[in-house]
Amino acid sequence: MAKAHRLIVVGGGLAGLMTTIRACESGMEVDLFSVVPVKRSHSVCAQGGINGAVNTKGEGDSPWEHFDDTVYGGDFLANQPPCKKMCEAAPGIIYLMDRLGVPFNRTPEGLLDFRRFGGTKHHRTAFAGASTGQQLLYALDEQVRRFEVEGKVRKFETWEYLGFIQDAEGICRGIVGTNIVTMEVRAFRGSAVALGTGGPGMVFGKSTNSIINTGAAAASAYLQGVKYANGEFIQVHPTAIPGEDKLRLMSESARGEGGRVWVPRNGKPYYFLEEMYPAYGNLVPRDIATRAIHKVVYDMGLGVNGQAVVYLDLSHIPQETLRKKLGAILDIYEKFMGDDPTQVPMKVFPAVHYSMGGLWVDYDQMTNVPGLFAVGEADYSIHGANRLGANSLLSCIYAGMVAGPAMAKWSKGLKTHEEDVASPVFEDAVKWHHLRVDHIKKMDGPENPFLMGRELGEWMTRNVTVTRYNDKLQATDVKLQEFQDRWHKIGIKDRGGWANQSIHYTRQLYSMIHLARVITIGALKRNESRGAHYKPDFPDRNDSEFMKTTIALYKAPKSLTSSLPFGMGKDQGEPQFSYDPIDVSLVKPRARKYDVDKEAGPGTSGTGSSVSK
Amino acid sequence: MENLNPQTEKFVEVQIKRQEREGAEIHWETFRMKWRPNLNVIALLQDLQVSPITADGKGTTPPAWEAACLEEVCGTCSMVINGRPRQACTALVDQLEQPIRLEPFSKFPVIRDLITDRSRMFEHLKQVKAWVSIDGTYELGAGPRYSQTLALSRYKMSECMTCGCCLEACPNYGPQSPFIGPQAINQVRLFNAHPSGAMDAPERLQSMMAPGGITDCGDAQNCVKACPKNIPLTESIAAVSRETTLHAIKNFFG
Repeated sequence: MAKAHRLIVVGGGLAGLMTTIRACESGMEVDLFSVVPVKRSHSVCAQGGINGAVNTKGEGDSPWEHFDDTVYGGDFLANQPPCKKMCEAAPGIIYLMDRLGVPFNRTPEGLLDFRRFGGTKHHRTAFAGASTGQQLLYALDEQVRRFEVEGKVRKFETWEYLGFIQDAEGICRGIVGTNIVTMEVRAFRGSAVALGTGGPGMVFGKSTNSIINTGAAAASAYLQGVKYANGEFIQVHPTAIPGEDKLRLMSESARGEGGRVWVPRNGKPYYFLEEMYPAYGNLVPRDIATRAIHKVVYDMGLGVNGQAVVYLDLSHIPQETLRKKLGAILDIYEKFMGDDPTQVPMKVFPAVHYSMGGLWVDYDQMTNVPGLFAVGEADYSIHGANRLGANSLLSCIYAGMVAGPAMAKWSKGLKTHEEDVASPVFEDAVKWHHLRVDHIKKMDGPENPFLMGRELGEWMTRNVTVTRYNDKLQATDVKLQEFQDRWHKIGIKDRGGWANQSIHYTRQLYSMIHLARVITIGALKRNESRGAHYKPDFPDRNDSEFMKTTIALYKAPKSLTSSLPFGMGKDQGEPQFSYDPIDVSLVKPRARKYDVDKEAGPGTSGTGSSVSK
Repeated sequence: MENLNPQTEKFVEVQIKRQEREGAEIHWETFRMKWRPNLNVIALLQDLQVSPITADGKGTTPPAWEAACLEEVCGTCSMVINGRPRQACTALVDQLEQPIRLEPFSKFPVIRDLITDRSRMFEHLKQVKAWVSIDGTYELGAGPRYSQTLALSRYKMSECMTCGCCLEACPNYGPQSPFIGPQAINQVRLFNAHPSGAMDAPERLQSMMAPGGITDCGDAQNCVKACPKNIPLTESIAAVSRETTLHAIKNFFG
């Protein structure tokens, strides 16, 4: 009998957990790696809900309509076939999560309740209060624990991913990880590897992301030769609570339940989203709302009390409704700001929130490295140039549902079992990473890694977020190259061999700076405006030139051989850019507007219209 | 602008319990840090990463701490702050008495400084089968119908983020005690209240009759006061206690 295969899943958020569950159901065993206990993954931060056209409100909603809203909201940058499949799978995913025990809000009949979200006219968002991500994550965490008890899953929590391991043919055969407490560095064999390691919020310093979201794992994969796609598409969420340590999300569901955004003007409330976008009002997609807030605050000088904040107002909605549907976010606001949002308007401002870009994957979630997969926010596949609210939880779960069986199929087709791959490739990889840690531990320069991380975040937030100018992008790239040099001058204050956070962070920072260049140069090269990417000097979408996937591939400097770890040579590699055509065969691209109702989508499969003509 | 004058500049005094690892020597370090508006304990710890200098001007290693979401939904940044177990992210400096004293949880092994190993909590979740046993993740149509009232009461219980504050506060929980603690008992109630989760209720209640089960609760009621999410833990304990008694009676009469 054939030996069972063991898969490796890195990341215990929704995407990683669903990959794990589906892989177990496909007869595989799984080693699951996470820097935190998986129940603490960043998926917990998702608040508003999960989209699926279940159509329980008599609105004639359909998966096709959901699909059309998604590609329209994404400003026609996503490949359409996987998007359509996701929207078709969505109602089933919501039913599954309900069967798992997620305490979704319900109607008087005991059915699932749905609310409105941005970029759609339909009640399509299932929700569990205002901590839906937390509740969905717990449901999958519980199922994985069940598989753990059955012996199908082994968890490696407090282990950080360092790199993947390829055999002589270039096939991914496992990973190197480090225990962030004991600092042990070890190789793990696997028949396939999935990276579900989340987004890169920390590259921007303060964001709505958890502080574990450094993007370092995906960036390290890029440094090892995995294509990074659409990196320049960074979503800035319109409503977050400014804070000293982070910018806390104030869910779009606040507007979905009737919240209104305004600033005082001539002594009266100016409901600028409702005036600028009468068709969608406060429920325009996030990129549109964010730019409107910037316009009102910076161009019109109408920020509340002259500060960079606007009001998000719920005080006109009955308190009981608010408590039932939005309790968790009201509590957050009250705990951090001391005001009761049922009584006074909340003060909010846009904050970096989500990366539409990520590791390039095919329709089976496999990267360009055979046997290496990517899922969730770490992959680029679904959201195009702008993600619609409540599509992220869906895309994470959907990616796992695709990746689990695809990895099982891949494993069964392997000619050599992962246990029979010659051991030097694993030993060499461990040696390489040991060398690197030892190098970092001895770093003795004047630079403080944590301070440099802050500086990186400030540069990226100032120049590579809402409004982008080529001269500022250029200056940022020069700065990033300076960071690359300065990284070598870091001094490590803590040289201990136990739970040494300075060493971990310094290693992550190296990859973060490289990823920042992918984002910045990608933005510089894209001379158009599309979704979250906005250049006032190129205000229009340019389909003939740019309706294409941006691909960044790391080109290592010649003087560095693959046997020398990152950061041990003085010269730096660079991203090389190319552009792939996208599949827009289902919905013909059309102009994206939210001041008027959306033109009807084609309704059925549209005519094939490829960009590459 | 009031704080530009160094004479009126405000400072925050922070004392942190330092320990290299479990069993190592324990000492306290004091830090005098610049006050800014809207500081929380996390922001102080972030500042110490950048500039780990004690109040008497000596350089030290940055204190080790753990955190993730900073929105009080992940349960990572648990520590004892001024004697009270809580999340560091929602501990606002202006609401704390100074000096602010930061310590790791005492009921779990110390990993380093403010980080403890709370993995035992996840083992408790296995003991009580804190899940719904589904047939598979393939499509089987809609889930069971139930009322909004039940959904809301389950949601409240399900907000437990396994932070461990209830266990730190509980006099009956600790490394020497087999007691499973309020968080796991609350999960028994959560899953027994779900229409299909209830099918495993007998097994969950059986686990409550084992050593370390429901009868080890000493009714101190500290847990419900310590819970940052205001989960009605004592109600859960009372409800599971009743269910367990009924289950035991049923067992007795076969």
